[in-house]
Amino acid sequence: MENNINKRSKLATFKKNYNRFKESKIGMVGLVIVIFFGFLAILQPFLFFTGIWNYSVYHPVLGYDSVAYTATVVDCPKEYPTENYDTRADCPSMNEISIITLKPFMPEVEIGDKVERFRQPAPPSRSHILGTDSLGRDVFSQIMEGSQVAFFLGLLSATLSVFISTILGSIAAYFGGIVDAYLMRQSDLLLMLPSLPLLFIISAFTELKVWHLALVIGILGGLGGSVITIKSQALQVKVKPFVDLARITGGSRMNILFSHILPNVAPLAILFMVFGVTGAIASESVLSFLGLINLDMSWGLMIALSQADGYISAGFEYWWLVVPAGLSVTLLAGGFYLIGRGLDDIFNPRLRKR
Amino acid sequence: MNKNIIEIENLKTYFESSSKLFNRNKIITKAVDGISFDLEFGKSLGIVGQSGCGKTTTARTITMLEEKTSGEIRYFNESTNEMTSIDGLGEEEIKNFRRNVQMIFQDPYEAMNPRWMIKDTILEPLSIHNIGTEEDRDIAVYEMLKTVGLTPPENYLNRYPHELSGGQRQRVAIARALVMKPKFIICDEPTSMLDVSIRISIMDLMINLAKDLGVSYLYITHDLAVARYMCERIAVMYNGKIVEIAETEELLKNPIHPYTKRLISSIPVPDPKYVRKVYEVNQDDLDHIYGLNENDSLFDIGNNHYVATHKVEGLI
Amino acid sequence: MSNILEVKDLNMQYKTSEGFVKAIQDVSFVIPEKASFGLVGESGCGKTSVAMSLLQLQADNAEITSGSIIFDGTDIVQLSEQDLRKVRWFGISIVFQGAMNAWNPVIKIGEQIREAIREHYPENSKDQNTEIILDLFNLVGLDPTVIERYPHELSGGMKQRAVIALALSCQPKLIIADEPTTALDVVIQDQILKEIRKIQNKLGLSLLYISHDIAVIAEMTDLMAVMYAGRIVEIGKTADLFSNPKHTYTKMLLESTPSITGDRKALKSLEGEPPSLIDFQDACLFSSRCPSPTKECKEGSISMKLIELEDGHKVDQCCYRCLSE
Repeated sequence: MENNINKRSKLATFKKNYNRFKESKIGMVGLVIVIFFGFLAILQPFLFFTGIWNYSVYHPVLGYDSVAYTATVVDCPKEYPTENYDTRADCPSMNEISIITLKPFMPEVEIGDKVERFRQPAPPSRSHILGTDSLGRDVFSQIMEGSQVAFFLGLLSATLSVFISTILGSIAAYFGGIVDAYLMRQSDLLLMLPSLPLLFIISAFTELKVWHLALVIGILGGLGGSVITIKSQALQVKVKPFVDLARITGGSRMNILFSHILPNVAPLAILFMVFGVTGAIASESVLSFLGLINLDMSWGLMIALSQADGYISAGFEYWWLVVPAGLSVTLLAGGFYLIGRGLDDIFNPRLRKR
Repeated sequence: MNKNIIEIENLKTYFESSSKLFNRNKIITKAVDGISFDLEFGKSLGIVGQSGCGKTTTARTITMLEEKTSGEIRYFNESTNEMTSIDGLGEEEIKNFRRNVQMIFQDPYEAMNPRWMIKDTILEPLSIHNIGTEEDRDIAVYEMLKTVGLTPPENYLNRYPHELSGGQRQRVAIARALVMKPKFIICDEPTSMLDVSIRISIMDLMINLAKDLGVSYLYITHDLAVARYMCERIAVMYNGKIVEIAETEELLKNPIHPYTKRLISSIPVPDPKYVRKVYEVNQDDLDHIYGLNENDSLFDIGNNHYVATHKVEGLI
Repeated sequence: MSNILEVKDLNMQYKTSEGFVKAIQDVSFVIPEKASFGLVGESGCGKTSVAMSLLQLQADNAEITSGSIIFDGTDIVQLSEQDLRKVRWFGISIVFQGAMNAWNPVIKIGEQIREAIREHYPENSKDQNTEIILDLFNLVGLDPTVIERYPHELSGGMKQRAVIALALSCQPKLIIADEPTTALDVVIQDQILKEIRKIQNKLGLSLLYISHDIAVIAEMTDLMAVMYAGRIVEIGKTADLFSNPKHTYTKMLLESTPSITGDRKALKSLEGEPPSLIDFQDACLFSSRCPSPTKECKEGSISMKLIELEDGHKVDQCCYRCLSE
């Protein structure tokens, strides 16, 4: 019977909090976005596992597919505009190919012939929802792979950062004195350092894989400004009568730290964690874009590759190479942020009812 | 057979404002400025005074939450059978001291960890001092809930503080304070945040438990009427010092110190026909009449009644 | 002598996620001119809700479902926000609980009072207002230098006197004092209460004094009402209620207040908690805590209604029946 009351009480509290969360529209929007991307992350291995997708075609890194089309051989004129073309850029157009390009490979070809070509990158079609990139790889599969990376990186680094900052903040608050002074100076130092350039420098010294990046972002975040906020929250807990009572009863300092201070600081820490995911995802995409991480595939990398091949400068013609990746970063990072705002209503001590 | 559980002698607790290297003028707040009293086994003493008089600091100093500046705190050490000073106590002995001294706070909600279940709150003292097996402890908690009137205990064990009413929370606080059968409990305004109609039941509970378990109370309050209900002796504190201390009825019938007289006469009486005459003292007189030097003890005017004033001759 | 305030059958409820909380049910009372009226009850009995509704300051989710509040001849429940502004502070003003903390910490006291006066007397010159403030401070026993002080420089008692000065600044006819001395020392409380009585007599004001402390009510009021769970259970002259309480709850309140006069141990206590105000019960709401309820009280066949005994002394009919049996 005791266990039933226990479970009922915990379930009731969780339900009550969930209902409160539901009331926050912002939080719900964020939750929907995050669930959507989470679904995508799980979808990819599912599709491969069940054989719906063929590895050789749909693999984000190793897959290859090309769309065949028929092109007419043309000879591009020397001066523009002509009756068929306005500028040099218009020749050859989407379904044409210049004879000069083709001659070395197919010497017998003549102007006006129809030849089979393969298009890369291919625009969205029935077999590739978001098209393929310049290497013939399915973009949608890449988005899903990137989603896995984003979640992994984001959650790992945020958890690590929160773990570190919570413990350090609580220690600073509870022990005070030199320990506190040192930790605050350390936080100040890290607050001063610009994080992105710091990551650049680190990447110059060691090869950054996803794991490494998660560790670095996690540790840097954990030692920084969040320590100060957690410390102030811990200070508020420290002066509460129940902590006094624990001291009067004879509790040791470690005992009080772990059983009283940390659990009451935890809600705020969780809030930080959610915001931390946002930062981690954004950092990763910047670093990938600049080519500083060793990753197989990520959203930042997708944009980086398109830029390297010159497709971004080509305007909106090759939109599927840029928009899905960019939108994904924005949406997922934003989604976590919105969840954080929604959680704020529940966890904010000022709003908590007695 | 020793009579006293606690002896306080010339206790002083001064606070310094944060000292900066360049600031010569450190402001010293004399929160507790030389108080002395004894508390007998099984008896209760009330400390009455207005906010800022030092009564809470006294409580915090005795429980070693604050460090005393000077003076003696002696408690009855069971192992040596004599009064031992808390100066220079080792860790083991301090833990032993803490087993016997507990405290009940004013705000019943803030005095419990909001994330802990009621049973964990009451268990805490037992687990800190490693008393008994886990089963023993569970039984002790169960019995304690019954003792404080929270029945059936099953309904309360797994609840959280926010699910209980103010009166129920304070009963939990009492249960927690008593679970280790301490000799001495300091109560800091335990009923001031409760509804008027519930106060009596909580106070009656505390009185009965004191009789059954032989506990002494140091009852701190600003409400003289409540102190009268709970305590056999009352000490009146003003500005960090005790100005008068006597048995309750004696104090109320025969107050000597001007501050005590003024205090008593300021309390509203629940009787529309009663005409209350306020004993007026002006502030300057109060500070002058007081006039105790460093080591002056209180004047004994007989009948276990002590007053702090050197003009006692003119006032009696 | 006419009545400055007539509250008739007032009903107010709060809309919450768990249902409608009926904070005030069928409350009626009358405050004559120059009289002081006490409202006693414990936390959650509705007395603060009554105070708020008199100024129409109730929360957004609160709704007056029926009844009238006639202040100086006008039903203020029906008034528009603009007209209400004139009633507030001019007609009725209030000294809140914890009003000491309601001062803006970055503005001087004098300036804050001046703001209130300016709001209601826009034509006054600065000097005129200073005159007014000096008069008020004289009345409440504050030094004129307080005008230039910030709130944190004043003690609790001084801040509370300043709050009373603020409440008087627009010469209201009725002052509501909602637990104005709870956080104050007994000595200062005594001084403040004396001030309030002095001012009341001098200016001919009516006073509605709300408190859970019946000792203060005994000393401060001529008429009083006891509230429980949103209803008035007994009402009448203060002297009558103390010497001859008819409702069990009133008796319990009197018997559970420790006093420094009289017998030391003749006190009784009340078990249990006030009922939930959400579910409607057509029964005596006090019956669950009554030490000697009759069968009918518990069954709920007697709905709550005030019955007049003599000379304005009314009591809820449930206890009236118990008494006469």
